[in-house]
Formats: sequence, C-alpha cells, structure tokens
Amino acid sequence: MSAIYVARGTKLAGRKIKNQMIIMTARDSVLSSLNELGTTIWDAADGVTPLESIVEQKICAEYDVDRAEALKDAEAFVRDLAGDEIFVVSDQPIGTSPTCVKSRESHAAPDLQA
Amino acid sequence: MIALAYESTIDIGGMPILVRSDSAEFARILGDRYGNFVHTGGTRPAFELEVELLPDGVPCPDQDVQVRKESDRWIMERGDFRAEWDTKLRQGWVRQTANPYSIDGVLRILHSLILAGEGGFLVHAASAVRNDCAFLFAGVSGAGKTTISRLAPGDVELLTDEISYVRPAGPGYDAFGTPFAGELARIGANMRAPLKALYLLAQGPENKIEAVSEAAGVQALLRNILFFAHDPELVDNVFQSACEFVNRVPIYRLVFLPDARVWELIV
Repeated sequence: MSAIYVARGTKLAGRKIKNQMIIMTARDSVLSSLNELGTTIWDAADGVTPLESIVEQKICAEYDVDRAEALKDAEAFVRDLAGDEIFVVSDQPIGTSPTCVKSRESHAAPDLQA
Repeated sequence: MIALAYESTIDIGGMPILVRSDSAEFARILGDRYGNFVHTGGTRPAFELEVELLPDGVPCPDQDVQVRKESDRWIMERGDFRAEWDTKLRQGWVRQTANPYSIDGVLRILHSLILAGEGGFLVHAASAVRNDCAFLFAGVSGAGKTTISRLAPGDVELLTDEISYVRPAGPGYDAFGTPFAGELARIGANMRAPLKALYLLAQGPENKIEAVSEAAGVQALLRNILFFAHDPELVDNVFQSACEFVNRVPIYRLVFLPDARVWELIV
C-alpha cells in the first residue's frame, strides 16, 4: 500500500475544549467534533508524516488496537473529513503544514468526529 | 436629482444606524416597524445606509440570502433586496421596494457582521431581564422561545422572543433588547443588562436545570448564532466569539413544561 500524507485544512476554525476538538468549516459552516483518537490524528497531521507512522507512533503505541484495523479506520476517517476540507489527503508529502486557525492560547485543532 | 431627505436612526444594541431615503412613507414604515428603537434626530449614527426605493414589484424574500465580501465591501443579496456595505467608510446602500421586511433582513445581516468584529453576535434566543440581570433562552424554531416568553411573570422585561443581541462588556456580556420579534409579534424592551446565564431550551415532563459541558455548549451556541456568510475570517471570528462566550457565561439546559412555574428557576 502506498503512503498517505495528511495535513489539516486551512479554511476552518477550531479549538480544543477539554479533550474534545470542535471545528467549523468556512465553506459551509459544518460543525464537527473529534474524539480523542481523532484529535490525536489531527495533532499529528503535519503533511509530511505518513499516516501509517502516525497510527503506529501515536495510536498503536498508546492504545490496545490492531495495527491494520487502526490504519484502515484512520484512513477512512481522514478521507471522510477531507470531503469537508477538514483534512487534506495526498499520496505525496504536503510540504508545510497549513495552520488550521488563528491559534489562541487555549485553542488547538479539531478532533475526530465524536 | 433626488433630494434624500427622510432620515431615521435605528438604534439596536447600542449601534445606531441612520437610514436615509427620499420617501416620507418609508420613514413612516420604519417608525411603525421599529417603534422606540427609532430616533429621528439627536443620536449620532455609527453607520449610515442610503435606501433607494424601487417601484413596487414582486419581492421574493424566501430566496436564500447571499452575502460575500469583496475587498472592504460586503455585498448582500436576496430576492427582495440588494445592498452593499463598506466596512471602512461605515456606510452603504440598499435597493428595495418600500416594505419593512427587506430593510429588516439587511439590518440583521449588518448587525451580525458588525458584531462579529467585536466578539458579539445575534443568536436565535429569547432573552429577558429579571432583577437587573439578563437571561438567554436559545433554541431552534419550536424549542419554546415564544412559549417561555409568554410565560414570563410581571417582574420580567422581555428583550425579544426570537433574536437576541449579545455584546462583550467588561468581564462578561450584555444582552440588548431587539425589535426582531417571533410569534409573539411584539418588539422587545429597548434596554440592556449584564448577562447572567444562557439556557438551552428543551421541553420535557418537568422543570429542571441540567449541566452542559463546555464543548456541548459551544456547539449548541454555534448552531443558534445567526451566520450569513462563509468568509473564512468571519467564520473564525464567530467561532472564537462563541468559545469565549462559553468561557465566561454559564450555560445550562433548561428542561421545562409549558407552565409558568419554570420561571421559579430563573433567578
């Protein structure tokens, strides 16, 4: 399987509240919240780390999950949210990771849909 | 050359907007529609609108509103009006027929855009003042905004049963009365008060107040904020405003029966 690279979308606003990331897209004001695993992927989505590495290093290392199953779920997740421009997905490194929002101190990025 | 002679200043949320046209009849329509939110002189306007009145036609106010930004100008269009707003000059124009609905749509959009730049917002919520504190009751159509407004006892001043006006003030927020009425068909009291709490309305078998998580509060608030444009900067402003609001104002779910005793919980 070829590598998949994931970056955060640029046209959205988001903030991490407690352990839940909330995101709103600029295109159509879709509101999403990411769960803990989704937030983990969001935080690691720098555009240059392959999704497979993110799953290995950030998910399999922390959670008791099957690696192949976790990768399959993660890919489905990022491709799903790419449809709303929350993630950018590519088979090439995406270069500089776009900043998702004007960050404020207590903000972060959005999470996996809860 | 038309002499634009008739001026009315519509002062909602402490943001007086001067509306100028060449029609005494339109000025009368504004007076009827906005009641004591209208002044004909004395108040220095913060913004100005020129209204060009078109011959009577068939307006289509049900058509989706389109709002977009081009450079420093917001362009607003619906079936029954076209308007432009220059954010730097703080003035704009409207083309519409002489009716209160079109200018009302323009004013709602304008206020939402102006408020977005200063951390405030218009929100689908009834609001009321009791003991010098304001309370918001948010919910979509059918959630009970008009019902809870109708049930308000005599010591409560209603700010609106439909669209509430919220601006940052000191460490918290103030709620302002608005003329934007719902089923109650009654414009709100023209007053302001510090906001004490936001209640998310839910009708149920008993009256009770439930805790709401911060994340759920942000999401619920965002679903109710009036939002007309998909401009990235505007979306970010509104999103961050909602998050700041939830940091500073307690949010609860108010489950209630259509019964006046629910107001015993609002203190």
